[in-house]
Amino acid sequence: MTDSTIHSAAGIEVRGLTKSFGDVHAVRGIDLTIRPGETVAILGPNGAGKSTTIDLLLGLATPDAGTVSILGDPPAVAVKAGRVAAMLQTGGLIREITVGELVDMVASLYAAPMDPGEALALTGLSDLAGRRTDGLSGGETQRVRFALAIVANPSFVVLDEPTVALDVEARREFWATIRTFADRGTTIVFATHYLDEADANADRIVLLADGRVVADGSVTDIKAHVGVRTIRFTLAGAATGDFAGLPGVVDVECHGDSVRLRCDDADSTLRALVAAQPEARDFEVRGADLEEAFVQLTADTTDATEEFAR
Amino acid sequence: MNATRYIHFELLRTFRNRRFFVFSLVFPLVLFFVIAGPNRNVHLGGLPFPTYYMGGMAAWGTMAAVIAGGARIALERQVGWNRQLRLTPLTPSTYLGAKVASGYALAAVSLMLIFAAGISLGVRPSAVEWLSMTGLIIVGLVPFAALGVYIGHRVSVDSMGPAMGGVTSLLALAGGAWGPIASHGFIHTVTQALPSYWLVRAGQAYHGGPHWPPVAWVVIGVWTIVLGGLAMRAYQRDTSRV
Ligand SMILES: Nc1ncnc2c1ncn2[C@@H]1O[C@H](COP(=O)(O)OP(=O)(O)OP(=O)(O)O)[C@@H](O)[C@H]1O
Ligand SMILES: [Mg+2]
Repeated sequence: MTDSTIHSAAGIEVRGLTKSFGDVHAVRGIDLTIRPGETVAILGPNGAGKSTTIDLLLGLATPDAGTVSILGDPPAVAVKAGRVAAMLQTGGLIREITVGELVDMVASLYAAPMDPGEALALTGLSDLAGRRTDGLSGGETQRVRFALAIVANPSFVVLDEPTVALDVEARREFWATIRTFADRGTTIVFATHYLDEADANADRIVLLADGRVVADGSVTDIKAHVGVRTIRFTLAGAATGDFAGLPGVVDVECHGDSVRLRCDDADSTLRALVAAQPEARDFEVRGADLEEAFVQLTADTTDATEEFAR
Repeated sequence: MNATRYIHFELLRTFRNRRFFVFSLVFPLVLFFVIAGPNRNVHLGGLPFPTYYMGGMAAWGTMAAVIAGGARIALERQVGWNRQLRLTPLTPSTYLGAKVASGYALAAVSLMLIFAAGISLGVRPSAVEWLSMTGLIIVGLVPFAALGVYIGHRVSVDSMGPAMGGVTSLLALAGGAWGPIASHGFIHTVTQALPSYWLVRAGQAYHGGPHWPPVAWVVIGVWTIVLGGLAMRAYQRDTSRV
């Protein structure tokens, strides 16, 4: 089909998106371009506007201003054509039906679905196919919800905090499944609070705070963008006051003999430090990790720090 | 999209929900045998008692069934399933159509059981009378199917039991399903404006089948338009929210 080439070239385009609920400005002007096949993580503190953005992306909510184009079409058209599927942040399963029947039922709504058996197999649900939906654990329910999204055989999948109810092992398995799916060329957007999840699974991170995009780029870009590096070393009898005057130091932490300096110009700091404290040893210089980048980038929005500096 | 398959699963789910059977199947049957059994030789409203009561119980049971069909929407809204379905190509007409169809399917079972119960107590209409009763009941249920959809969109799951039981019982009572309210005068005129009155009459066949004068068609038509409109508005309000 000729239009599939147009679609795959178009990806997802979001322009000037805004949405308010009364006085709450949930989304205040978001622009985003997602290339076909990309896996994008949306990060941000509670209330940053992640779910609202996702609702707008899927056409579940109408924007106050701005446009969304999914593979060249408005969301409603893409949904009708079965090119988009999603796992929303909140939502359960209907009852009086087995897992297998439910996947089958949803598959029957699409013109070109994935084979329901394959969707069950991919999500590790084959053994649970005969189980009624009201007898599932939280983690199993999430897997069924994911199966319902992929059985559409979509080219674009949206996942809003998909692993929130899962234990560590289940999260790992879940992401392995999602990556299998991403490898087929599916475009994936997911919202999460787990930085390691974004770091490990996304090609790109979009950081939202207070309804705006505050950073957008690869994990490396975002860490570099922050420009803060950390110097750690050991020095007997170190005290906080000894280092505050050094060039490029932003923050000092001492725990016994071990010292941690956060620096915006780590090279100058290190030169001055070596000269001033010849006894210091075990130097270690590191770039900011994602968590530090995150805290810094969302610092001007309230409670971002509490949420992520765990 | 494969609407037949979707409706198939909806029917499956309907018949697995035991709770709905109580109102639409068990209660009317039990009441029929308890009340009509000892009074099988009595006459009421010009009809043999079992004939009168079979119509009442058929109306009550089928009414409960089609209202329940739409009311199940509330359960799906509670778990956010309607939002999930909005992310699929499922059309509103198939969605609502499946709910109405499953209500009617349950009503059909209820009707067959009540008819069988009637036969067992000596109700003996002709084949034509059975058919005209069934046909009029199918028509008379339309406004109740709309009412079910309306309730499903406007009532939360917590208040669903009282809301559905209350509305169904009130309509059944006022329509004369459990016994005639009044045979003449002002109250009688008022009850004739209710769709349940004509639903009860649709199930009462004796000497030439059930009687639906033109006013019956008007009453059912007007209630269909009003409740259908309300149901449509409730549906749209629900889906255009946020
Ligand atoms: N339907 C609504 N009515 C009123 N306010 C809303 C509604 N939906 C969202 N909001 C508000 O919009 C803001 C953004 O909410 P949103 O759900 O998009 O945040 P989020 O980034 O997904 O948060 P979380 O990480 O907690 O899921 C919040 O302040 C929220 O209270
Ligand atoms: Mg959210």
